[in-house]
Amino acid sequence: MGNQAEGSALNGELDLSQVDALVEPYLDKQGVVIPVLQKIQEHYGYLPRPALERAARRLRIPLSRLYGVATFYAQFKMMPRGRNIIRVCKGTACHIQGGSKIAERIEEILKIKVNETTPDMKFTLEEVACIGACALAPVMMINDEPHGRLTPDKIKKILASYE
Amino acid sequence: MSAVKLTIDGMPVEVAPGTTILEAARKLEIDIPTFCHDPELTRNGACRMCVVEVEKARALVASCCTPVAPDMVVHTDSERVRTARQTILRLILANHPLECITCEKTGDCRLQDYCYRYGVSESGFQGETKDLPLDDTNPFFIRDMNKCILCGICVGKCQEINGAGAIDFTRRGFVTNVSPPFGDPIENSSCVFCGMCVDVCPVGALVPKAGVGKGRPWEIEKVKTICPYCGTGCSVYLHVKDGKIIGASPDAESPVNRGHLCAKGRFGWDFVHSEERLTRPLIRRNGVFVEAGWDEALDLVASRLKESIARYGPDAFMGLSSAKTSNEDNYLFQKLVRHLGTNNVDHCARL
Amino acid sequence: MYEKHLMICGATGCLSSNSGKVKEALEAELARRGIKEKYRLVMAGCVGFCEVGPIIVIYPDEVFYCRLKPGDMAELVEKHLIGGEVVERLLYTSPDVEVPGRFYDTIPFYRKQVFNVLRNSGIIDPEIIDEYIMRGGYRAFSRALKMERPQICDEVKRAGLRGRGGAGFPTGMKWEFTMIAPGEKKYVVCNADEGDPGAFMDRSILEGDPHAVIEGMLICGRAIGADEGYIYCRAEYPLAIKRLRIAIAQAEEYGLLGENILASGFNFHLNIKEGAGAFVCGEETALLASIEGKRGMPRPRPPFPAVSGLFGKPTCINNVETFANIPLILREGGVEEFASIGTESSKGTKVFALAGKIRNTGLCEVPMGITIREVIFDVGGGVQGDREFKAVQAGGPSGGCIPAELLDLPIDYDSLTKAGAIMGSGGLVVMDDRTCMVDLARYFLSFTQKESCGKCIPCREGTKRMLEILERICDGSGEPADLDTLESLAFSIKDSALCGLGQTCPNPILSTIRYFRHEYEEHINEQFCRAGVCKALFQYYIDPETCIGCTRCARVCPVSAISGEKKEVHAIDQSLCTRCGSCVEVCPKNSIQITRVRRKADVSS
Repeated sequence: MGNQAEGSALNGELDLSQVDALVEPYLDKQGVVIPVLQKIQEHYGYLPRPALERAARRLRIPLSRLYGVATFYAQFKMMPRGRNIIRVCKGTACHIQGGSKIAERIEEILKIKVNETTPDMKFTLEEVACIGACALAPVMMINDEPHGRLTPDKIKKILASYE
Repeated sequence: MSAVKLTIDGMPVEVAPGTTILEAARKLEIDIPTFCHDPELTRNGACRMCVVEVEKARALVASCCTPVAPDMVVHTDSERVRTARQTILRLILANHPLECITCEKTGDCRLQDYCYRYGVSESGFQGETKDLPLDDTNPFFIRDMNKCILCGICVGKCQEINGAGAIDFTRRGFVTNVSPPFGDPIENSSCVFCGMCVDVCPVGALVPKAGVGKGRPWEIEKVKTICPYCGTGCSVYLHVKDGKIIGASPDAESPVNRGHLCAKGRFGWDFVHSEERLTRPLIRRNGVFVEAGWDEALDLVASRLKESIARYGPDAFMGLSSAKTSNEDNYLFQKLVRHLGTNNVDHCARL
Repeated sequence: MYEKHLMICGATGCLSSNSGKVKEALEAELARRGIKEKYRLVMAGCVGFCEVGPIIVIYPDEVFYCRLKPGDMAELVEKHLIGGEVVERLLYTSPDVEVPGRFYDTIPFYRKQVFNVLRNSGIIDPEIIDEYIMRGGYRAFSRALKMERPQICDEVKRAGLRGRGGAGFPTGMKWEFTMIAPGEKKYVVCNADEGDPGAFMDRSILEGDPHAVIEGMLICGRAIGADEGYIYCRAEYPLAIKRLRIAIAQAEEYGLLGENILASGFNFHLNIKEGAGAFVCGEETALLASIEGKRGMPRPRPPFPAVSGLFGKPTCINNVETFANIPLILREGGVEEFASIGTESSKGTKVFALAGKIRNTGLCEVPMGITIREVIFDVGGGVQGDREFKAVQAGGPSGGCIPAELLDLPIDYDSLTKAGAIMGSGGLVVMDDRTCMVDLARYFLSFTQKESCGKCIPCREGTKRMLEILERICDGSGEPADLDTLESLAFSIKDSALCGLGQTCPNPILSTIRYFRHEYEEHINEQFCRAGVCKALFQYYIDPETCIGCTRCARVCPVSAISGEKKEVHAIDQSLCTRCGSCVEVCPKNSIQITRVRRKADVSS
């Protein structure tokens, strides 16, 4: 994943006309960078470079600042993500209950590392600081669904249930 | 408001409220090391080199951004302070290529100076180091971010002073970097090549191309002059070695430019020693330019002017002056043109 | 009219254990029988006992049902709602109770708790403002409207409330500084960027009783002279954000937020800012930078936010739990009541999130001054599987661990700090003999290293080097000098880093070295991890005395390293074993044990 590929579109051209509408409510206001990036990501699923360029022009904020903010916060993704997002909890409770073994097993099965997407765009593997469902540790979320009290041998079956 | 009295290294000092410990110490000629401090920019406090011990404070404080308080007792060179500074230097060295032998910055590098001052010759840590691509595609300067210590002054200058906003911090933690958006080369960014970042870089991360391999800082004579590119009259130091200009830097004291220069004044000196540079007048003879003497050329211009005015009247001719000349020259030029009988005089910068 | 009210725990913890599906099943069952109108189902706030979720509490019967499954709903409706009979099998059972616990008072988890901050959670519908008002909500605020500003600060000071975000700065003093700071425009900011892994107190408060936080902020606004507030909440807390939005809209509708509130001339507007995933934004100056739309990098203090905060204006920043305490203090007689709980220097209660190898994972609220032993063993029910208690980690990545010998330490700001931990925001993670303390330090450093903002050198470069040393130790390539290097680096970083995150990130290392130095030494000198966590530093073997040859381990092994005939003793091929631990999980006899690695060098020499 080189820098050059960051923010590039997945399939052909992006429809950028939405950017103006997303940015509109934030023009001439204070402290808008993060909510604008959140809106763009909500719309496109990640932060496409052309969308950031357009937003920077509309907001009259240097692109370098948008990029600096976008790469600072874990929430923002510069690459398209898979259909299913796996978020393995890295919280303390999960860690001492063997959470790292869960991520390792997923990596083995899907043959990707954390923050990577399977070539078929089916899964993206991510880590999250803490879901706060410590009673279910170790836990992971796939999309909005929590899977708790995991052991490595349960992983394969869970992954198989996603399309 | 009344002055604040405090003690620094056993010496009493009185300063205005709001003064930083660093400024107060400088008043006493105590040299506190800094990487990230720049009086022009928002207080930063990032490098922690300037930490000092303030009695009764829990931890060391950054002198560059801590204001003085009444009866403060400050130690700028205690064992605790020296240990912290040595640790910081060792941490920098652990992630900084030790290429001092060939580094352009050698001799004018604050990292080198401070390591010398605090007796730090190696990091003592083993581990991951930066491995970032060199950005040298532009004609003016080389960006080697592996040498960057992330003091952030370049970012401050670009965002707060110049306003070009070409670079900013990217990512965070150990992989934090300073870069144009999307890691593009600086050439493809909104950079206007004012060179301010290059001037303020305390280490060898930003180096002008023109001087590479041409001389060490201590071999260079800095000659103060006025930039000839335009009428602004920026004060500039030409870096001269063996009678040749190998670089330039702005004059921070000049009331005209106060340490700023444009891309031309900062980087555009290669023409001086260019073989293609015109050093004598050329006269076109039978469609070909031929070298001539100054008197010959001036005589030719004068005689042609006289001929034209005699034949077509003075309004048939106009004078166009250059923004590269000084105000005084421009004044004399319009005098000359008016003396020749026309008001047709203009200036290339009057857009 | 409703015959009964069913409070279904709808907080994230119970939702994760499927309380949503339980509610759907309950609704379907009631609809099927055509008796939907008789019962009020409320997705209520957290009742704390996540371990036994999903939970439904039925009023006025006062019955606490737990560990519910959608399939239990038919019986619950049939027996309890229609038949009026308690469903014994769905009550709380545990080895620590002789008869099933029927309600809060008979469940040991709740016995030592005092509900101040969590007074409404699980009892009211957090999406209906009237329920909050019926419980006395907004009365403290209307009282504050009639008070002089310094008087409000004074009451908060006299109550002895200290910041619940971790550092414990006296709240009343902070308010007073902001009140006297010159400036027309001032802000109130609520720090709801709860980022400590293993901590979820603030989320539960926001989900269960959002109006308590809003009322606290209103009172603060009135006290310091601010007309605008921000709640900076983690985007990872969608339910908390949703409930806050509803609460703000309702408060606006009731004229409790907005212009000329209750005709007092006081104006206050409240905004929500969603964080974007950066732990460092819990640090107040980084949080402010983030609201301003910048990279969340801390800046040096002074100036403190009380003087120059959000957009350069005087700003009072408090944490969620701090604000939630305010309405209690500002009500008539609240100061004395609040100060009657706790110790000399730490007043009131504290909410803790219990997690890790503890039996009762969940949220609890206990009076300050209670001992760690009481919290872990009486409230928390002790260590899972009755294993040996090793330590409890308090305060997350900025905190430290407290070993068994300090179990009788009273919980207050100063005692915890003295022990090398911190109160922190209230995460308590329990560890047993199978937790490696070196690995724990490594875990926290990998967290702080990843979350370092990268601004100052000690934190950015120093955490990386400390992590690398810890990784080497966990890998078996540690050297005796590493401990000294770690300690001296840790002290330098504590002394010179820019912000609270950097200054406290060495704490997990220093406290584990302080109390568990022998584990470090064992890793370095003997290449042995007694907890069986650091993979390069132990081997599994099957105890031939106890193995019954059930073959479960062999079947579960992902690399087929275990062999053995049925009903015969199994063995592990060390050259294949990846020490994934799957076999340990399934062994019914606890036969899979840990031993030192036999190295080739040992054999040959």
